[in-house]
Amino acid sequence: MEALWFGIVAGMLAVYVVLDGFDFGAGVLHLLVARTDAERRTVLAAIGPLWDGNEVWLIAGGGALFMAFPVAYAAGFSGFYMPLMMLLWVLILRGLSIELRSHVQDPLWAGFWDATFALGSTLIAIVLGAALGNVLRGVPLDRTGNFHIPLWDSFWPGRDAGVLDAYTVLVGVFTLLALAGHGGLYLAVKTEGAVHARSLRAARLSWIGAAALFPLVTWATVQVAPELPAAAAHRPLVWLVTLLLVAAAAALVVGLLRGRPGLGFVGSAGTLFTLLGAGAAARWPVLLRSTVDPTLSLDAFRAATADHGLRVALAWTAIGLPLACGYFVFIARMFRGKVRVEGTPRA
Amino acid sequence: MIDALFWHRLHFGFTVTYHYLFPQLTMGLALLIVILKWRAFRTGSAIHDEAARFWARIFGINFALGVVTGIPMEFQFGTNWSRFSHVAGGVIGQTLAMEGMFAFFLESTFLGLFLYGEKRFGPRLHLASAVALWAGSWLSGWFIIATNAFMQNPVGYAVADDGRLHLAGFWAFVFNPWGIWQYLHNMTASVVTASFVMAGVGAFWALSGRHREHAALALRTGVIAGLVASCLMIFPTGDRHGKLLAEKQPVTLAAMEGLFESKPGAELAILGQPDVERRRLENPLVVPGMLSFLVYGSFGSTVVGLDAFPRDRWPDNIELLYYAYHVMAGLGTLFIALLALSAIQLRRGRLAETRPLLWALMLAIPFPYIATTAGWMTAELGRQPWLIYGLMRTSEGTSPQVSAGNTLFTLLGFAGLYLVMGVLFLYLVGREIAQGPGGAHGAAPSRHSAIAGEAA
Repeated sequence: MEALWFGIVAGMLAVYVVLDGFDFGAGVLHLLVARTDAERRTVLAAIGPLWDGNEVWLIAGGGALFMAFPVAYAAGFSGFYMPLMMLLWVLILRGLSIELRSHVQDPLWAGFWDATFALGSTLIAIVLGAALGNVLRGVPLDRTGNFHIPLWDSFWPGRDAGVLDAYTVLVGVFTLLALAGHGGLYLAVKTEGAVHARSLRAARLSWIGAAALFPLVTWATVQVAPELPAAAAHRPLVWLVTLLLVAAAAALVVGLLRGRPGLGFVGSAGTLFTLLGAGAAARWPVLLRSTVDPTLSLDAFRAATADHGLRVALAWTAIGLPLACGYFVFIARMFRGKVRVEGTPRA
Repeated sequence: MIDALFWHRLHFGFTVTYHYLFPQLTMGLALLIVILKWRAFRTGSAIHDEAARFWARIFGINFALGVVTGIPMEFQFGTNWSRFSHVAGGVIGQTLAMEGMFAFFLESTFLGLFLYGEKRFGPRLHLASAVALWAGSWLSGWFIIATNAFMQNPVGYAVADDGRLHLAGFWAFVFNPWGIWQYLHNMTASVVTASFVMAGVGAFWALSGRHREHAALALRTGVIAGLVASCLMIFPTGDRHGKLLAEKQPVTLAAMEGLFESKPGAELAILGQPDVERRRLENPLVVPGMLSFLVYGSFGSTVVGLDAFPRDRWPDNIELLYYAYHVMAGLGTLFIALLALSAIQLRRGRLAETRPLLWALMLAIPFPYIATTAGWMTAELGRQPWLIYGLMRTSEGTSPQVSAGNTLFTLLGFAGLYLVMGVLFLYLVGREIAQGPGGAHGAAPSRHSAIAGEAA
């Protein structure tokens, strides 16, 4: 039961990264691929009906973590107090930028929110990556079951590392590039003309950058969490997910090279999902790795609520998750096709 | 330095109070929009359709602020109240996770359709998305109230050896009797807020001689819906909620009413200030026997006072609790009076010319917000000193490693950000109200189609 919930929570958070990832990516590229007001409205229109639903995956995934593993939720959220509060502020500003920009037709107003949208999306993409880096590297969880971590300390990974160190920043930059590539492909699917061409180009460059960093990220991950490769080697699931990762990456490469953004987007969604999936499968059963002493790490068994609660929640999740997926398919189909706003020439 | 507990409480109290300014309007407004759209759909009335479109714009702004200010709440359980989450997450996490899965996905999906899809998908689907939005927002309210009800009146749980709470009875937990009355009371309040906003905006248009037809429609809809909802606030929802309070939290009731001594034929205080040190009510204005009657249905029944409980079980801020409760109840009564007068004039077809009433309705807009906030302060201050009633004290729930200074710093950060957002909100909503329905951007091309674009 704990394993199942570990999978559900990890899966929901991975879906969050894939879905909100494309609108973060669109935000990262916003100022670069869209130059005129009409083009920028096109970018916002492409994510407008979807971004809020995407963000719900964070709320729902966080809720599932809270319910299934309250001990890990309590330790993790209070330990990351400062960075989470700052993340909240940026999330608020970014959400406002999407919703409020269109309310006043004025170049200063629009320009301010465009910049907020781009900057906020970029920061969040890096923070998401750094958060993943922290989970992989571990935190100074002590005997009380809590931890306190500075924003940064010695910038080198180790027992005294802060939220930001060389490793987590590296993962942050990798995530920024990958999500920019992901969002670029999404925009290429949804737009036409100049925005389409620029988005495809930006997606290519971003994914080339991410691919170039990937060996370094992998090497660094093994350095900070040496137990991961051994665990991975013994788990058939990790191998299966890695195979899927290879397939998804192949689709991504073909899509990028042949200029087929639809295929590329599916490939990049698959790549992100399987990367996270492989990481989670290798990491099981640890939720919060202790850098103080491995025996103090918080695993799923110690962190979980009692079996009855998990079973009941499984029953309603079996109804709720398919519904959530259904809504997404429904809304994506309702708004399928290229977006076009007044003021852009028809291609 | 004041200890961290105080700042943690203020931190949550401030962010949740500010957040709730927005959902209380959207939940009630969703219902009123469904009514307007339904009328438009059935009768083909253009004015109803135009009104629905105007209120959808107000709804959209409020919803956006509700979403962005709501996200911190779920984080704060973990960031500021980690010992509480550690102990109770297995139970209250159920409703919070269900809220995401069953309410938020529904709402966010149909919000997209509702705000961006009218031109594209036609009136039938647009009405359906309004209904879905209303259902989603009211469902979300249910999950939150069920969570709060567990903290007020814990049911359906088991205590493990290590002190953690686990779910034992799902249905008992989800259909907590406390939650049912609190929910009805709360949702009716959100209809009151939306009605007052609608009627108040209508009164503004009527007073300034603009949009006459729309002013009349907004006044009519707001006054009628508001009067029905205001009456439901007191009976049965408020009445039943009070009786539950007498049964489950008698010390809270005593503190709310400023009743320091147990007595038969207890009086209901209309005015007065509690002097907790000397255990008496200053300059009281009371109705003899009324409290006994309201709680037990007979004027002679004994109501227990604060003296029946040890001091460490008293709510820790009796004065504020007393004032909050009296502000809520007093405003609730005034609402009925104002709306009943307005309804009489409406029936005589004279409301749009009765300028004093229009002034009162226009200036009344902030008051349902104050009443709702005071109501929630009554519930939350009344629960003190408990975080989970009878099980966990508030002082035992905070995050041990988050200091007072860090909490104050982030509280100030939220305060600054929310101040800016409040200014933006008033600017945007004020602009919409000044432009009114139809107006500059009500006609095609509408702003929403501008952002959503058209299919190629």
